[in-house]
Amino acid sequence: MTNTLKNLTLKVWRQDGPNTSGSFETHTIEEITDEASFLEMIDILNERLIEDGKEAIVFDHDCREGICGTCSLMINGQAHGPERGTATCQLHMRKFSSGDTIVIEPWRASAFPIIRDLMVDRSSFDRIVEAGGYITAATGGAPDANLIPVPKPVSDAAMDAAQCIGCGACVAACPNGAANLFTAAKITHLNLLPQGQAERYSRAEDMVETMDSYFGSCTNHGECEAACPKEISIDVIALMNADYRKAKVQNRKQLSRT
Amino acid sequence: MSQTFQRGPVTGTAVKKRSRRKPFLVDYYSTAVGKKYVMAITGIIGVAFIIGHMVGNLKAYLGVIEHNGEQVYDIDVYGEFLRELLVPILPHGYALWGLRLLLIGAVVLHLHAAWSLTMLNRNARPVKYQGARDYQIANFASRTMRWSGVLVLVFIAWHLADLTWGWLNPGFEYGAIYRNLDASLSRIPVAALYIAANIALGIHLFHGVWSLFQSMGWNNPRFNRWRKGIATGIAAAVVVGNVSFPIMTLAGVISFQPLS
Amino acid sequence: MSSILDSKTPEGPLADKWQNFKANEKLVNPANKRKFKVIVVGTGLAGASAAATLAELGYQVDAFTFHDSPRRAHSIAAQGGINAAKNYRGDGDSVHRLFYDTIKGGDFRSRESNVHRLAEVSVNIIDQMVAQGVPFAREYGGMLDNRSFGGAQVSRTFYARGQTGQQLLLGAYQQLARQIGQGGVRLFNRSELVDVVVIEGRAAGIVVRDLMTGELSSHSAHAVVLATGGYGNAFFLSTNAMACNVTAAWRAHKRGAFFANPCYTQIHPTCIPQSDDFQSKLTLMSESLRNDGRVWVPKVAGDNREPHLIPEDERDYYLERLYPSFGNLAPRDISSRAAKRAVDAGQGVGPKQNGVYLDFGEAIGRLGRDTVAERYGNLFDMYERITGENPYDVPMRIYPASHYTMGGLWVDYELMTTIPGLYAAGEANFSDHGANRLGASALMQGLSDGYFVLPYTISNYLSEWLNKSVPDTSHPEFAKVENEARDRYNRFASVGGTRSPDWFHRELGKIIWDYCGMERTEAGLEKALGEIPALYEEFKKDLRVTGGTDGLNQTLEKAGRVEDFFELGMLMCRDALDRKESCGGHFRAEHQTEEGEALRDDDNFAHVAAWENTGDPMAPNRHVEDLVYEEVHFQTRSYK
Ligand SMILES: Cc1cc2nc3c(=O)[nH]c(=O)nc-3n(C[C@H](O)[C@H](O)[C@H](O)COP(=O)(O)OP(=O)(O)OC[C@H]3O[C@@H](n4cnc5c(N)ncnc54)[C@H](O)[C@@H]3O)c2cc1C
Ligand code: HEM
Ligand code: HEM
Ligand code: SF4
Ligand code: F3S
Ligand code: FES
Repeated sequence: MTNTLKNLTLKVWRQDGPNTSGSFETHTIEEITDEASFLEMIDILNERLIEDGKEAIVFDHDCREGICGTCSLMINGQAHGPERGTATCQLHMRKFSSGDTIVIEPWRASAFPIIRDLMVDRSSFDRIVEAGGYITAATGGAPDANLIPVPKPVSDAAMDAAQCIGCGACVAACPNGAANLFTAAKITHLNLLPQGQAERYSRAEDMVETMDSYFGSCTNHGECEAACPKEISIDVIALMNADYRKAKVQNRKQLSRT
Repeated sequence: MSQTFQRGPVTGTAVKKRSRRKPFLVDYYSTAVGKKYVMAITGIIGVAFIIGHMVGNLKAYLGVIEHNGEQVYDIDVYGEFLRELLVPILPHGYALWGLRLLLIGAVVLHLHAAWSLTMLNRNARPVKYQGARDYQIANFASRTMRWSGVLVLVFIAWHLADLTWGWLNPGFEYGAIYRNLDASLSRIPVAALYIAANIALGIHLFHGVWSLFQSMGWNNPRFNRWRKGIATGIAAAVVVGNVSFPIMTLAGVISFQPLS
Repeated sequence: MSSILDSKTPEGPLADKWQNFKANEKLVNPANKRKFKVIVVGTGLAGASAAATLAELGYQVDAFTFHDSPRRAHSIAAQGGINAAKNYRGDGDSVHRLFYDTIKGGDFRSRESNVHRLAEVSVNIIDQMVAQGVPFAREYGGMLDNRSFGGAQVSRTFYARGQTGQQLLLGAYQQLARQIGQGGVRLFNRSELVDVVVIEGRAAGIVVRDLMTGELSSHSAHAVVLATGGYGNAFFLSTNAMACNVTAAWRAHKRGAFFANPCYTQIHPTCIPQSDDFQSKLTLMSESLRNDGRVWVPKVAGDNREPHLIPEDERDYYLERLYPSFGNLAPRDISSRAAKRAVDAGQGVGPKQNGVYLDFGEAIGRLGRDTVAERYGNLFDMYERITGENPYDVPMRIYPASHYTMGGLWVDYELMTTIPGLYAAGEANFSDHGANRLGASALMQGLSDGYFVLPYTISNYLSEWLNKSVPDTSHPEFAKVENEARDRYNRFASVGGTRSPDWFHRELGKIIWDYCGMERTEAGLEKALGEIPALYEEFKKDLRVTGGTDGLNQTLEKAGRVEDFFELGMLMCRDALDRKESCGGHFRAEHQTEEGEALRDDDNFAHVAAWENTGDPMAPNRHVEDLVYEEVHFQTRSYK
């Protein structure tokens, strides 16, 4: 069941800081079992680097379960690597074979400045959420949870969008460096739910315009969907576009009529 | 927009500086999503024109007909009809000019949006990936929209100078559309240009028409699976229809004989 | 055994205590709230909800997290669900039943008053989270759905697919984001608390290290809240995220906060067995799987046939056999030990014979593949990604792993530690779970602390300080603590040994797992208390940290966290050694019934052990808080 990979060549991006220029550094992994996860392979490499008195490769990771959205590697030209619907941390060496050359790069986007080596700063995502990615609900004042029924299909659709782990792979994969999938996923999650209606249009407007100040534009390449570890569909982008358009023309004083 | 990495506490990021609201169209157009919406609308106008134009041009195959008791080329009548459109409500040619202005406006807007979005996207990733990208979904059409578009633009310019103003058309006769067509397209390089341009247009529409559904926010499980099909269909029809003219001209199916 | 611990439990009958507290607490009027600054460390469920609510009330809040975004806190990983006594099923649930289940689940080692309050506010949590847009699972009628969870006979667990923690944290994070956006909260991300500053016996502020620049900075406030999570990573291999650590709580402990019940750690029964020695972490398979999965091992030791080749009558469904009334839903500590016994008896399955089967064959037959996929699809996918095996066809292999820590900073009813002005919330405090936590109760506790408890109790303390001046960062103590921190990091960087921090962490983890894991013995703990200090000495001499102290250096960060785990490890073993009984997650082999069940000693150990730091990690002071039960009566916990 388990077998061993031999002679992998890693080309890893090393860069000292945000304002310095970086370059690829080549390492070889003589052998490793395919049970290992991709990040465990880098752990092992780092152990070796430290033993040789070199600095370990800096990369972002935490939960290693594909849920926190911290891990973020461009592997052989694909965000999160070759396996569909999988975050970097869940990628296992099974997906590779002996003798492979693996190129590892950080996410690249002006809104994701490189901090060091493979680690980037994704706070621009937080700014988008801060702009309106919430439902204003003061603590304590909430009515009984079952007061507003939410049809199952609706809550399922909201959940599909809400699954976004904020990893930034959509931006990394998008040829235009657009964050439409992330922003649309956040907007869709809240705008589909009854609780989200009151702020629906201001939310769409504020979040889209904040997104605009950091990221590129969507020309519907669909790369983001392919890279998304949660396989969020670009349908949400259409939804966002529609809500943004309505936000501009809606008479918000009469929303309750519709 | 380009982020320089800075530290320190984050707060008040969503406190709006009360900027005077711009008039809503301008305001809307000022965001990328708004621009894409405009591209879609102008794109639709473009598509409508192209299809109408192609259908009109197909009359070239009807050759000579009897019109007000005299022998004329059907397509010339069509041209005349365009100019006579809405007469007597509007004077001769006005309606056509209206349409022309609409088209010109659309192309200008479309172009401006395309240009500014392209710039935006450039800045969104100033440093390209250093390793090779391995695209999963993005296809040739979607990645070459700018080029296919520009090609079409260049073609339009040439085309107008050729068949509308006649500068590049040997012995151009105003209104003698059939004759002008034959004169122009029987030249092999010109025919080649027409073919190339229309293939480019087809590619542009192949992605463009699917893309406009998303940009317009037209998304509904009931018809989503048709969107790509519609795009392919329109692109194919335009290419087949338009490319047929130069070919048929070279093949001699479209060939002009003076009618006494 | 001195008892200087005042739990500040309010007067009145159990059910009225929380009401009475709220009726009599001192308040701070809205206009005055903005005069107070509160530091919240940690942006998990507890931290984010506390920070957002305090800011909403009008306090100035500074929030710190070592993550890049508040949303990445480890709460995000919670899968199964969150409990609440809503009784939407009408299956006989009630505040009292949730209260009682929690006390019983905790093996009668938790504080009655806290647990009852937890059960009371549990219902508000669901209302609050739904109002914030958490997409909990629904039924076709549009009402909220529930599932049942270990240790309970009612269905009271609310869930959002297998991502409940994620959805709840996003809910809390969004409230926090709103406050950040509107200027109510100042967020310091990628900033790690490296020490707590205590002046005149009161928490005056904290010292943090900017992980990006390596700069140390001081921050003062009227009150400090630590919501910094659990210390499960002391075992190195655990289901916790890689970055989870004890540093914040431990630094507070070294500055005078008592550390309660460190030996109460929870070993979760359903995790994917270790496959390799360099493995970095273990992955949890949500407990909810036990709703439909059946646990079994081959009857004969060493039977290594393919599972499907083993006929029914040669399988031992040991949980169903031993605990008929709870069966596969027996509480975690019990299921874990049962699995350990099976594996120790040589009945283990898988390449390393280090697991037991969790079989869905029967469920798929009964419910059909689609229903099973609907319920557990994403968990099955996760399992397949990691193991390369498809659970629809072959049974899952599972084995217990460190998962949660009931122990933590000692807090009174108001969640204040023994340092005035220093609060602990969420998994970081010794919490309401006694010696064992029931599934789906940690999310409940984190949110209850942050949303519904702290915001009330903190004003009780702050009101005393109205218009009194508190020391700011110009106070020499801040400079002193900052320097100590600086020296500490310089020390790590300059040891110049040969071993990486990870190497030491791995070795330390092995010791703690072997001797202070699922089963503990006097001899083993003595052994551990010999080995840990020895390894610690080696750590001081042979550590190698490459790279400098300024700028981003993950190896350096790790070194600091590992050092704190060393000292914590000693305390865990000490606590386990001194608690000469078996209860919940703490199982002392010497104290068991003939069927091998935990044997409590209520006469001598019905108390909380809260440890005081003496500067020597090997010689801490043990204080006790006696647990007085007004409502419930001790009972041998039986799930048979
Ligand atoms: C895999 C898994 C599954 C689980 N499933 C469930 C479940 O189904 N139901 C349930 O009820 N519970 C579950 N739990 C338990 C539950 O998730 C946690 O107990 C709970 O989320 C802890 O929340 P918290 O806010 O206390 O801490 P955390 O969410 O861990 O947050 C800790 C925060 O403190 C910050 N921090 C820590 N140290 C420092 C420092 N030194 N300086 C600055 N910041 C610091 C971190 O950045 C983080 O923001 C699960 C746990 C795990 C590991
Ligand atoms: C004048 C030169 C042109 C340029 C530079 C150009 C460029 C572009 C670009 C960059 C896009 C965006 C790609 C995308 O959003 O998917 C686009 C979209 C589109 N273009 Fe063009 N184009 C041109 C002419 C045309 C013409 C003549 C037509 C019609 C026949 C047309 C139809 C479309 C359509 C339908 C879209 C899709 C709009 C959308 O996605 O919302 N374009 N064009
Ligand atoms: C091979 C295919 C084509 C043929 C045979 C053709 C033919 C013609 C002819 C004969 C005219 C002159 C009509 C008149 O003077 O009344 C004309 C005008 C025009 N064509 Fe085409 N055309 C073709 C493709 C295109 C395409 C692809 C476009 C745009 C992308 C285009 C845009 C125009 C425009 C804008 C005019 C001017 C219309 C006006 O008078 O306002 N044509 N075309
Ligand atoms: S949309 Fe998908 S790819 Fe983008 S941030 Fe969310 S999870 Fe990651
Ligand atoms: S890849 Fe980019 S272009 Fe749009 S559809 Fe996805 S954001
Ligand atoms: S490390 Fe958490 S998603 Fe990969």
